[in-house]
Amino acid sequence: MDLLNALVAFLNFVFIPGLAYGAQLALGALGVTLIYGILRFSNFAHGDTMAFGTMVTILVTWALQGAGVTFGPLPTALLALPVGIAATAAFVLATDRVVYRFYRRQKASPTIVVIVSLGVMFVMNGIVRLIIGVNDQNFADGARFVISAQEFREATGLAEPLAIRTTQAVTVVTAVIVVALLFWFLQKTRTGKSMRAFSDNEDLALLSGINPDRVVAVTWLIAAALATIAGVLYGLDKSFKPFTYFQLLLPIFAAAIVGGLGSPLGAIAGGFVIAFSELLLTNAWKKIVTYALPESMAPDGLLQLMSTDYKFAVSFTILIIVLLFMPTGLFKGKSL
Amino acid sequence: MSARNLALFAAVAALYVLTGFMNSWNTSLSILNFALLATIAAMGVNMQWGYAGLFSVGTMGFTALGGLAVVLVSARPNVENWQAGGLGILLALVLGALSVAAAIVAWRLLPRGRVRSLSVAAILIGGFFLFRAIFDPNVAAVEAVNPQFAGNLGGLGLPSLVAWPVGGLLAAAVAWAIGKTALGLRSDYLAIATLGIAEIIVSVIKNEDWLARGVKNVTQLPRPWPVPLEVDLQQQPGFLAFVADWGWNPVAASTIVVKLLYAGLFILVLGAIIWAFERALNSPWGRMMRAIRDNEVAAAAMGKDVTRRHLQVFILGSAVIGFAGAMATSMEGALTPGSYQPLRFTFLIWVMVIVGGSGNNWGTVLGGLLVGWLYFAVEFLGPNIMGLVTAGLPDGALKAHLVGSAENIRLLTLGVILLLVLRFSPRGLIPEK
Repeated sequence: MDLLNALVAFLNFVFIPGLAYGAQLALGALGVTLIYGILRFSNFAHGDTMAFGTMVTILVTWALQGAGVTFGPLPTALLALPVGIAATAAFVLATDRVVYRFYRRQKASPTIVVIVSLGVMFVMNGIVRLIIGVNDQNFADGARFVISAQEFREATGLAEPLAIRTTQAVTVVTAVIVVALLFWFLQKTRTGKSMRAFSDNEDLALLSGINPDRVVAVTWLIAAALATIAGVLYGLDKSFKPFTYFQLLLPIFAAAIVGGLGSPLGAIAGGFVIAFSELLLTNAWKKIVTYALPESMAPDGLLQLMSTDYKFAVSFTILIIVLLFMPTGLFKGKSL
Repeated sequence: MSARNLALFAAVAALYVLTGFMNSWNTSLSILNFALLATIAAMGVNMQWGYAGLFSVGTMGFTALGGLAVVLVSARPNVENWQAGGLGILLALVLGALSVAAAIVAWRLLPRGRVRSLSVAAILIGGFFLFRAIFDPNVAAVEAVNPQFAGNLGGLGLPSLVAWPVGGLLAAAVAWAIGKTALGLRSDYLAIATLGIAEIIVSVIKNEDWLARGVKNVTQLPRPWPVPLEVDLQQQPGFLAFVADWGWNPVAASTIVVKLLYAGLFILVLGAIIWAFERALNSPWGRMMRAIRDNEVAAAAMGKDVTRRHLQVFILGSAVIGFAGAMATSMEGALTPGSYQPLRFTFLIWVMVIVGGSGNNWGTVLGGLLVGWLYFAVEFLGPNIMGLVTAGLPDGALKAHLVGSAENIRLLTLGVILLLVLRFSPRGLIPEK
């Protein structure tokens, strides 16, 4: 029985990866929830918006690396991030102007706008694949670890190592900064307040002289920034592959809906709920349980509730349970 | 049918004929066969979306279930694998289903409160561990037998034609389970839920090796009844004499004959479906469905059971999609789970329905054949077009990259077509009457 090692193994295999993945999902879900709250449709193109922003960032990263510019121990992609955000923002604003505005003026039903966003998804997906191809791209550089397994073992003398990758630390720190900025913006600035007013009651907001075009444009800008940051962080942590980003749509929507669509706080909570459920259910508990129990009770099997191949089933099941029993989500989004 | 619609159909037919003359009849026919199959699936989607307004994007899942049915019905049985643990797996599945059923019954019967929540949770968790305890060792036993060539339970060895309706039934059964839980949801929630279901179905087929060998693929599935194997055809004296008479190459002619037979089969099925759907759409049932789609509240006030009708149309549409999926796997002669991509098996079908005219059966057929041609034609047109576009560029990495990724143009093309149709002709090429 060795509870300390069990705890370290838990941190290493469940808690730290879950924290990073949860932060990535939360940022993605924030974008979805903002668009839902203000533009009132579920944006199926969000996963591919993330892919587009990440692609631009990767291209700029390669250019920077080619020119010999690096960011010390941090990934160079962070330097390229602003360019990625700007390009994505320009792209989504152009999409809004060419595609979505027409349906907004027509007051088309949300379902039609969702199908339109499917079309936008195709286009973005095609552009990304055309430019960067369909394969995996690994673009993380800089120091690999904040704490490496060996250092940790030497420092503590424990059998079980704890490794924190730079990308995980960068993800969590960036996510905290972004979320703090977003909430400050929504709560304190004039534009942020007008966005919340618009989301709460469109007619009343219009009546009080809020410019809807401005609110919509700012929403797209923020959504583009959030999508690009989420995409780049996910790509740094794992790797970039266009199809994976399309598949992220399910956990991201699950996170946004679990938290309550339209509620930013809910999106963050939802992101972590989904990430940790996925890891808790697909983690092989053998190692941790072997440490935690007396030796005579050590388990034989892997103690894995579900194979990692079924991680989508986890997001999906949580989504269905929440929708059936708590249709407005944890934080009372606007469901109906 | 009006002159305009006939002209549209003639134009699409001309595309196929032109492909035959310009490229090869082999290409033209294989595009036609894929387009026919996709059109049949599109009929199912049209029933769900066009008749009833159900926004379900789980088409890929039902197609894959149809494909799975072909393996389960018409692959040859692997007796040794069955003996290793086939019954154990069946028992585990039955027990799993029973514990879910028991949990639902408990939920319905017990009074609301902590006792109910705890007992339902206990039934589900207990059932899960019981299921795994029986399931895991049996799966390991089955997969251990002859893993290079089998490692799965295999099928019943029945003719391929039997597998098609079974594919429809399997898809219908799963659609019933999904519909029972997800159909009450708002439209975009239903979309996300069905998108997720499709991914889960495909990942089950990919990972459960005992079922259909997972990503190791099941090959050499039998041909459906009238279609012979090319090699057999080339041995037949009658065929050889016929070919020699016309001065054709026997190998090339045999592939054409096989493709023509497939096309004939698919056209028969499509024709039967169009006939049935036209009758259904113009019957009181069809009018009721449209009434529900256009105004649920009013239809409910008239005494129509909206939820039940939604469930019914969802199951029917899914069955048609499953049927098409079974035919596709039968034609390819192999189940390759890795090839199930949502872009091709879900969204392509949706584009067909919307371009053709949702709610109109003939529109869906036109859209299916037109978009199907476009989708597959891009494969051979794409590199040519890209070659033209990049002709001015100097040879190098950039040009090679652009020409190489030309296949991805099809996504872009599909997206642009979808957006243009939705914007300028939202009711499609042949609008609903």
